[in-house]
Amino acid sequence: MTLLEWFKDRRKNASMSKEQRHREIADGLWTKCAECGALHYTKDFQRYLLVCPACSFHEKVSAPERIAQLVDPDSWIPTDDHLLANDPLSFVDVKSYKDRLSQARAKTGMNDAILTGLGTLEGQPLALGVMDFRFLGGSMGSVVGERITRLVERATAERRPVILVCASGGARMQEGMLSLMQMARTSAALQYHREAHQLFISVLSNPTTGGVTASFAMLGDLIFAEPKATIAFAGRRVIEQTLRQKLPEGFQTSEFLLKHGFVDRIVEREQLRPTLSRVLRLHRPVGVPSPLSPATRL
Amino acid sequence: MVYISYIITMSQPTVPTLDFEKELIELEARIDQIRKLAKENGVDVSEQLAELEARATDLRRDFFANLTPPQVLQLARNPKRPSTLDYIQVLCDDWTELHGDRLFGDDLALVGGLARLGDHPVVILGHQKGRDTKDNIARNFGMPQPEGYRKALRLMEHANHFGFPIIALIDTPGANAGLEAEERGQGEAIARNLQRMFAFDVPIICAVIGEGGSGGALAIGVGDRVLMLEYAVYSVVAPDSCSVILWRDKKHIEQAASALKITARDLKQLGIIDEIVPEPAGGAHCEPQTAAASLKNALIRNLEELLKLSGTERREQRYKKFRAMAAFNG
Repeated sequence: MTLLEWFKDRRKNASMSKEQRHREIADGLWTKCAECGALHYTKDFQRYLLVCPACSFHEKVSAPERIAQLVDPDSWIPTDDHLLANDPLSFVDVKSYKDRLSQARAKTGMNDAILTGLGTLEGQPLALGVMDFRFLGGSMGSVVGERITRLVERATAERRPVILVCASGGARMQEGMLSLMQMARTSAALQYHREAHQLFISVLSNPTTGGVTASFAMLGDLIFAEPKATIAFAGRRVIEQTLRQKLPEGFQTSEFLLKHGFVDRIVEREQLRPTLSRVLRLHRPVGVPSPLSPATRL
Repeated sequence: MVYISYIITMSQPTVPTLDFEKELIELEARIDQIRKLAKENGVDVSEQLAELEARATDLRRDFFANLTPPQVLQLARNPKRPSTLDYIQVLCDDWTELHGDRLFGDDLALVGGLARLGDHPVVILGHQKGRDTKDNIARNFGMPQPEGYRKALRLMEHANHFGFPIIALIDTPGANAGLEAEERGQGEAIARNLQRMFAFDVPIICAVIGEGGSGGALAIGVGDRVLMLEYAVYSVVAPDSCSVILWRDKKHIEQAASALKITARDLKQLGIIDEIVPEPAGGAHCEPQTAAASLKNALIRNLEELLKLSGTERREQRYKKFRAMAAFNG
């Protein structure tokens, strides 16, 4: 093989592999890290819980995946999955809310931006709600509010700890004031949960903003955050526009909130399940078996 | 010293100057002109004049009864509209303003203190917009920092501890969005208020007197009764921002204002508010004393109803009321 032939060959191979790589990404065989661009086999990436092994960037996790990561296999009992948003304002902007809803349902296979249910974590009973950013930006409308409220009420009655994993752009504008009221309703249910001396742990994932930050996300007895998640009340762009001021590096990240005293710990995804398990165990009254264990349940 | 200027404004009704009122103002100017001309020329046109004036009154009443949401938004944001301190002067006796959150500072965008409403000692608080540019800078245009909400919480805890009813007047474009607000936990401050307001067993009455801007309004808006002045607005997002977010330009403010359902009438229908407090035609700023009397009447009536209940009953009913605020199938 002449040197020229070798070059030709290489160029051909390079272009082929590029096409091939393209196809493989489209097929979902490969996943590209949104932060550093490193390519990983999707199966590996899932094994790493969607955390990039090169730069440890925590990719967004869908609600079904998160539930699978946290609860014991076969312990999950979904609650209130039949609730459907019903467009109370007949809201239309450039698209109708009805269309936005059906598209989001088709894209995610979910009925709204949250999954709720009961399950166990290393054998310990809990009530879990997980938001999903893919569904209309994880926005909180009536259904999200109702499912959280019902979950917390049930957990209070059954003396289960509540864990809510947050991922949200804030209130769902298309439901107008009804969406704002979900901040009050979820906070109300958590007040009664608190009075019953039941634990609520809030887990903040990327991103947690707006009305969710200004309600249950910040009401955890304990608040854990994933590394480098955006956690904010007002969006960065909004602040930059109104203040005409460049914001410092790392502003509104988990680390920023930790420094200012608003989260308890930053927990890497790999450590989330063991950390939650340890903390749940520590909160269980000494010598008192879980109220849900078969011995006391009758 | 600050509120002396407020008392003066309360006693000096201002002439409305909103775009959509121009037609009416022109008609009224013409009536004045005819009257003047008739007087100068000694012609008796009193009958015709009375007829014209009656028509103008009708027109004004009809006009204000059928305002579009964008027009109501303009009225609600009118800088001449009476503010929290204006109302407190007229509603209450023995007003004693209290300051500070005991944690960081005193936020002038949210004021509060002790006062007497009718026969009842109360804690009254609210967002405070400025009267002019200088005042607005001091009061941050009525947009509280976290310490404002924490001051409100401290005063409400005081009320609950000593058995005072809580009166909260809502008038803000929203909670302050900024570097310091984020550093000091704006989200946490609002969330804490929402949660704690469901713990109090004293009566809580909220009234939206101007602009109810999103979470920054709701942070003092969990009440046994939520009243709303006729031309106030209450919205999950400012129609201006909604236009930018959903339509991706600033030209759709009017569509956003209509689509979001922000007027007292719409919110009464949706079950978000309990009662609409009537305003004088032209808006509260045209006859501030009448507007304040109307609000005082509604506050005292609701307060006396709530005082007949036990603390537990009030808490239960408050929870049930908000529990019902959702729309879904299934």
